[in-house]
Amino acid sequence: MRLPFSSIVLVSIGAAVAAQFSVRGRNALDKAEQKADDGHTNNWAVLVCASRFWFNYRHVANVLSVYRSVKRLGIPDSHIIMMLADDMACNARNPRPATVFNNAHEQINVYGDDVEVDYRGYEVTVENFVRLLMGRVPPNTPRSKRLLSDERSNILIYMTGHGGDGFLKFQDSEEITNIELADAFEQMWQKKRYHEIAFIIDTCQAVSMYQKFYSPNIVAFASSHVGEDSLSHHVDPSIGVYVIDRFTYYLLEFLEKIHPASQNTMDELFRVCPKRDCISTPGHRTDLFSRDPSTVLITEFFGSVRKVELVTRVVSVPSLNDLLTAVPGKKDGVNEDVTLSNDFADQLPVAQMVQKGKQNEWHPPDGFILAFWALVLLVFFKTYGMKHLTFIF
Amino acid sequence: MGLLSDPQNRERILCFLIRHNSKLCILCYALGLVWFLLLPLPPLSAPTYISENALLPGLVEGTFGGGSQALVLSRDFAAHKDLVGGLPVEWLNKTMTSLGLEVHTQTFAVDLPFPDEINERYHVRGTNVQGVVRARRAASTEALVLHVPFLPEANDQATGLALSLAAHFRKQVYWAKDLIVLVTEHDLLGIQAWLGAYHGINLTSMGVRSSELGGYCGALQAALTLQLSSDVATSIDLQLHGPNGLLPNLDLPNLVHRLCLNEKILCTTQGLLPPQEDNAWWQSMHIMLLQALGQASTQPASEHGLFLRHRVEALGLKAINSHRQEKVSLNKLGRLLEGVFRSLNNLLERFHQSFFFYLLPSLQNYVSIGNYAPCAAAILVVLFLCAIELWAKLNPDKERGAREAAALNQASIPWLSVIGSIVIAHGLGIALYVGPLVAHQSAANYFDLPEDEAVSLTALGIGVSSLSLPHRGSTPQGWIWLKLFALLELGMLLLALDLLNFPLAFMLAIATVPAAVFSQPSHKTASIALLLVASPAALSLMGLALQTELNPHGPPSGQLGGFIGLFLRWLQCLSHSILEHQSLGTNLYPLLTLGLFPCWLQLWHVALWKE
Repeated sequence: MRLPFSSIVLVSIGAAVAAQFSVRGRNALDKAEQKADDGHTNNWAVLVCASRFWFNYRHVANVLSVYRSVKRLGIPDSHIIMMLADDMACNARNPRPATVFNNAHEQINVYGDDVEVDYRGYEVTVENFVRLLMGRVPPNTPRSKRLLSDERSNILIYMTGHGGDGFLKFQDSEEITNIELADAFEQMWQKKRYHEIAFIIDTCQAVSMYQKFYSPNIVAFASSHVGEDSLSHHVDPSIGVYVIDRFTYYLLEFLEKIHPASQNTMDELFRVCPKRDCISTPGHRTDLFSRDPSTVLITEFFGSVRKVELVTRVVSVPSLNDLLTAVPGKKDGVNEDVTLSNDFADQLPVAQMVQKGKQNEWHPPDGFILAFWALVLLVFFKTYGMKHLTFIF
Repeated sequence: MGLLSDPQNRERILCFLIRHNSKLCILCYALGLVWFLLLPLPPLSAPTYISENALLPGLVEGTFGGGSQALVLSRDFAAHKDLVGGLPVEWLNKTMTSLGLEVHTQTFAVDLPFPDEINERYHVRGTNVQGVVRARRAASTEALVLHVPFLPEANDQATGLALSLAAHFRKQVYWAKDLIVLVTEHDLLGIQAWLGAYHGINLTSMGVRSSELGGYCGALQAALTLQLSSDVATSIDLQLHGPNGLLPNLDLPNLVHRLCLNEKILCTTQGLLPPQEDNAWWQSMHIMLLQALGQASTQPASEHGLFLRHRVEALGLKAINSHRQEKVSLNKLGRLLEGVFRSLNNLLERFHQSFFFYLLPSLQNYVSIGNYAPCAAAILVVLFLCAIELWAKLNPDKERGAREAAALNQASIPWLSVIGSIVIAHGLGIALYVGPLVAHQSAANYFDLPEDEAVSLTALGIGVSSLSLPHRGSTPQGWIWLKLFALLELGMLLLALDLLNFPLAFMLAIATVPAAVFSQPSHKTASIALLLVASPAALSLMGLALQTELNPHGPPSGQLGGFIGLFLRWLQCLSHSILEHQSLGTNLYPLLTLGLFPCWLQLWHVALWKE
C-alpha cells in the first residue's frame, strides 16, 4: 500500500514541530530546575496587611511581627516592602499610643521607632499591590516602593486580612482574586523577577488563594482550608482587642527558634500549626516547587543569608585593568564568568529618564529677544526712513 | 383585550373572591390573629446577636473605681437641690469645672397651650447643664451623650454616678469621640429644647425659646438616659421605645444586655423578669404586649426617646431596687456604663447593621419586621376583599351571576349624599382636631371648669354630637358607594400607619376591621354595637385599660381603681395627648381625629342609612 507523498510530508513536518515544542517545553522546565539549582543571591520580603479599622488590630500586629522576625534574620528595610493601613498605633482608641503589641503581656512593641512602612493608609490597594509585584509602577515612584528583584531573588510574600473562597478583601472596599494573584506571579516569572517565592497567607479560607497558581518555583502555606475560618488567638483586656491570630502566633513561636545559622527546613514549617492548636487546618502546596522542601532552609526565605564559600586553595585574582580590557573567553587566566551571562529586566527606566532630559529645550532669555527685535526695528527705520515710524506711534 | 394580564384569568379570580368572600375574610382575620399570637415562639422569634463587628463588646476590662465618689457627689447634689429648691445650676457648674469638664448652660422657655395637670406646669422655664469631656486625640467630630434628667424628688445617685464617670473618663487617653454629660430640667421638655438647639431644628408646632447653645461636639452617635434613685440596685430595666413608636437600633439594647451578662447584673425590659421555661409563651407575650402598647400610645418610654427622632440611637436605663438579695453597687453600675461607652467609642459609623423595626418578647429573642408584617397584612387584606365584593355589587356583569344583576337596579351614583357624607365626616374630624385647642378657653370660662378638663370635655362633646347628624340617603343602594370609599380610606390609612407604627396599626386594625366590614343598614343594631366598640374613643379606653392591666407596677398611686378611675384617667389622657401633640409632636391625637374618626363616621352613616 502506497501512502500518498503529501501525507508523509505533513506527518514529518508535524513531528518536527511537535519535537520542537517538546524540546522547548523541556527547555523551560530545565531552565526552571537549573535556576533552582543555581541558588539565589538576594532576598526580598513583601508583607501585606489588607485590613484597616480598629477592630482589625490583630492583622496589623500579624504583619508587624513577621516584619520584626524577618528583619532580625537579616533582610534589611531596603529589601522589605510593607503594606499596612497603619491606623493602629496612632488611633485615638489606642490606650497605648504609638505602640502595637502582639501579645497580652505587652512585652514587645512591634511597632517600635524604626518601623518603615512603604505603602500606608489608602495606598494599600489591589492595583498598587499588583503593580508592585509586576514592576509596572509609575515613573516617579520612589525606590523604597519598588520591588527591585531580579531572577536570582527569593521573595517571601506574607498576606493577612479578611478573606473568602477565592478572594482577599483589601481595606473594606475591594478584593483581589486568586486568579489575579496567579496571573501576577506568572508575569513576574515571565519578566524574570523572582528565583523562588514563598507565599504565606493567614486569612479565612486561605487555601483558596494559592489554588490557581501555575508558575514554577512557588511554595505556598496557608492558615485554613476552604470552608474554614482562621481564628484569633487571644484578647488583650487592657487594650480591648484581639491582638494576634492563631496561625501567625504559632508561626512566630516557630520563627523565634530560628537564627541566621539555623538548619531548620521548610517541611518543619509546614508542621507548625496542627489542628489542635490552630482549630483550622493549615494547607501547603509544593507541586510547583522544583526542590524538595526538606532540603530548603527556612533562612532561604525568611532571612538574608549570604552564601560564603571557604576556599583552601589559592585563587589567582586578575588585576582590574586586565578585566576591563579582557575579551571574553580569549585570555587564559581570566575567569570565564567575568562578563555576567544573566540578563536583567529593566528595573529603572533609565533610558526614558535620560531622554526626558534632552526634551527640555533651551530657551533664550526674554530680555535678549526684546533687545533683538528692537535692534531689527531700528535698523529697518534707519534704512527706509523715519517717516514710517509715524504709522506705528 | 388585556395588555398586561389575561382578562379571563382575572375574571376567574374575581369570581372566586366574590363567591367565597366571607369565608376568605374570616380566614384572613383569623390568620392574622393567630400569627400575632405565635410571634413569641420560634421560628418567628430568633435569638438576639450583635451585628456590628466594630463594637467588640466586653473585651476590655474596666478600671472605674469611683463608686464612693459618686455617692459623695450625689449627697452633695441632693443637699444643694434642697437649698436651691430646684436644679442647682451653680453647684453643677462649679463641680463639673473642678472635675475638668467644659461646662455650658442653656436656658429655655416653653409656653404650653393649657396647664399640664399631670406634671403640674403651664409656663415652663428651665436650665440645661452640659459638661463635655473632649477627646484629646480626636477631632471632635462625633459625640456620645450620658443624659441624666433632673427630677425634683429622685435621680440624685444618677447625677453623682454620671459626674464620677465623667471625672474618670477625663483622665483616659483612649477616647475617639467627645462625651457629653447632660443634666436637663423638666423631663421631656428640657431634653427637647436641648436637642432642638443642638441640631438647629424645631420639630413641633409650638415655639421653644432657648438661648444659644455652646459646646458643640459634632454628630451625636449614641445616648444613654440614666435613672437611678438608690445607693444600690437589683436590676437594670431597659426603656426602649420613643415617640410615635420609634425604636433604637437593636444593637444597642443587645450591647447593654451582653455587658450586663458579663457583669452579672440582672437586665430586664418592660419591668418584667425574663421568661422562664415553664411559662415561656405567656411571659414572652406579656413583655411583647407591653412594648406594643407602649409604642401604640406614641408616648416615649423615657427621655431617651426624643434622641431617636434625630436618629441618634438611645436607650433608657432605669435602675430598680427591689427586695431581691443580690445587690449591685454603684461601682459595678459604673463599670457597666464604662463598658458600654468603651464599646460605643469603638464605633466607626452610626448604628446601621441591626434592625430598626422589631418586637422583643424578651431580651434573648427578637421578632424582626419580616416576621411580624404578615399579621397586619392579613387583617388589612380583609378590608380590600370586602371592597372588591362591594365593587362587584355595584358593577354587575352577566358572567358573575344573573341573580346579582337582577337584584340591583342600576341607578346613578347618589353623588350628593355620598360626597356630602364624606365632606361632613372629614370636616368633623378637623373640628375635633382643632376645636378643643381653640375653644377650651371659652369653654372653661363658660362652664367654670379647670382648663385641661375643659379640653377633654370639649373633645368629647364634639365627638358625641357628631354621632347624631342626619343621614338621609337618596337611593337605597347608595350606601354601598359610601362604604366602599370608607373601607378603602381605612385600609390605606392603616396600611400607611403599619409601616410607621406597627403596634398601633395592628391594634386599630383588629378592632375596626370587623366593625367596618360588618356595618350595613340591614343589620342596624349589630352594626351600631360593633361600631361603638370600635370608635376611637372606645379604642383608646380599651387600650388604656389593657395597659393598666398588664403593667407590672399597677396604676399610679393615689388614683381611683375600677371603672370610674379608668374613665377619669382616660379623660386626663385625652387632654394629655393633645398637649403632647403640641409640645412634643406625638401623633396619636391627629391620627385618631383626622384619620380614624372620619372613616369611622362614614361607616356610622352607612349603618344608619335611611331611604
